[in-house]
Amino acid sequence: MSLVGELTDGLRGFVTAVGSVTVFLGRILGQTPRAFARPGLIIDQIYNAGALSLIIIMICGLFVGLVLALQSYQLLERFGSEDALGTGAALALLKELGPVVTALLFAGRAGTALASEIGLMRATDQLTAMEMMAVDPIRRVVTPRFIGGVVAMPLLAMIFIAIGIFGAAFEGVQLLSVDSASFWSQMRSAVDVKDVMEGLIKGCVFGAACSLIAVYEGFNAIPTAEGVGRATTRTVVISAVLTLILDYMLTAVMLATRS
Amino acid sequence: MRSTRAVDISTGSFVLLGFAALFFLATQITNRELSVGGNSYDVEAQFENIGSLKVGAAVSMAGVTVGRVESIAYDQELYKAVVHMRINSLFDRLPKDSDASIMTAGLLGGQYVGITAGGSEDYLKSGDRIEFVQDALILEVLINQLVANLGGSKDEPASKDDQSSTTEAGK
Repeated sequence: MSLVGELTDGLRGFVTAVGSVTVFLGRILGQTPRAFARPGLIIDQIYNAGALSLIIIMICGLFVGLVLALQSYQLLERFGSEDALGTGAALALLKELGPVVTALLFAGRAGTALASEIGLMRATDQLTAMEMMAVDPIRRVVTPRFIGGVVAMPLLAMIFIAIGIFGAAFEGVQLLSVDSASFWSQMRSAVDVKDVMEGLIKGCVFGAACSLIAVYEGFNAIPTAEGVGRATTRTVVISAVLTLILDYMLTAVMLATRS
Repeated sequence: MRSTRAVDISTGSFVLLGFAALFFLATQITNRELSVGGNSYDVEAQFENIGSLKVGAAVSMAGVTVGRVESIAYDQELYKAVVHMRINSLFDRLPKDSDASIMTAGLLGGQYVGITAGGSEDYLKSGDRIEFVQDALILEVLINQLVANLGGSKDEPASKDDQSSTTEAGK
C-alpha cells in the first residue's frame, strides 16, 4: 500500500472517530435532563470519580506544591526576589499545573475505572440485556458516569490547587525561610478572581473531555478481555494527549480574550 | 458497593471540600477582599502620565488602602489621563487640597495612587477632583535627566533637576 493511501486512511479514521465521539456526546447530552430524574445514580458516580480520587489528588497536590516552591526559589533567589515565590506558585498552580495534573491523574484513576467498567458490561452482554429490557444503557449507565466526572473534576482541581498552595507555603516559609507576610500579601495582590475562574473553566473542560473519552472507549470496546484492556489503555493515552492539546488552545483563547 | 449512607457521607464531604477549596481560592488568594463595598464615594484626578497604573490598583493614604482605582480614561481635550477612584466612606475626611501621586510598590510591585493629606478644612466629596497631582516616574525620563545633569554644560537652564514636576491639573 502506498504511503499516500495509508495517510488518507489514517486521516479518514481520525475524522470518523471525531465524528462518532461527537455523535456520542450528543446522545449523552440528549439524555442528560432525564438522567437528573434519578440523582442517586449521579451521586454514586460523583463518589466513584471524586471521593475515591481524593487521597491521590491531595498527596500529588502537596508534593507538586513542595517541588514547585523548591524549584522557583532556586530561580528567584538569583534575582533577589524570593518574595515573589507565593505569586509564582499560586499563578502556576491555578493556571496550568492544577487543572492539567489533576486531569492526568483523573484520567489514570477515574477514567480507566469508567472505561473498564463499561467495557466489561459490554463484554458480559449487560448492555445488550438492558436494551432487551427497553432500558437505554446511555441513560442508565453512560450519562450518570459522564455527569459525575464533569462535576467531580473541577472540584478535584480546586482541592489540588489549594493543597498545592499550602505545600508551597510550607516549603517556602518553613523550610526556605521566605517571609510569611510577603509570601501571602504578594500572592494576594497579584492573583485575581479571573485567574481562579481560568483554573475552574479548565477543570470543567478537561473533566468533560476525559469523562467523554472514558465512557466512549468503554461503550465501544471490543467485547473480549483483550478489547477491554485495549479500551482502558486508549482512554489514558487519548485523555492525556487531548488534555494537553486542549490546554494549549484554552490558554491561547483566554489570553486573547483577557484584555 | 458500600452502603448508601457511607457513599452519601463521603460524596458529601468530597463536594463540600471541593467548594471549600474554591471559596478559599476565590477569597483568600485574590486581592478582592479589600474591594470597596456599598458605601463609597468617587473622586477623580488628572495626570500627565500614569505609567503602568491599572484599574483595580490600590488608593492608599499613609500606606493604608482606602480605595481602588475605578476607571482610567484619556481626555482628548486636555491630553491627560483621567483616573477615577472609589474611596471607602469610612475615610470621608480627605482635605480638598490633598495631593495624589502615582507610586510604585517595591521593586517589582505594581503601581498605586498614594494620597497625602493637605491642610484644608474642606473635605473631598463625591465627584470632586484632586487638583494637586504628581505623575508616575518613568525610568527612562529619570535616566535622561541624570545623564543630562551629569554630562550637560553648566550654562544650561536648570529646569531638569525639578524632577518632581508637580503640576496643577485643573486649569
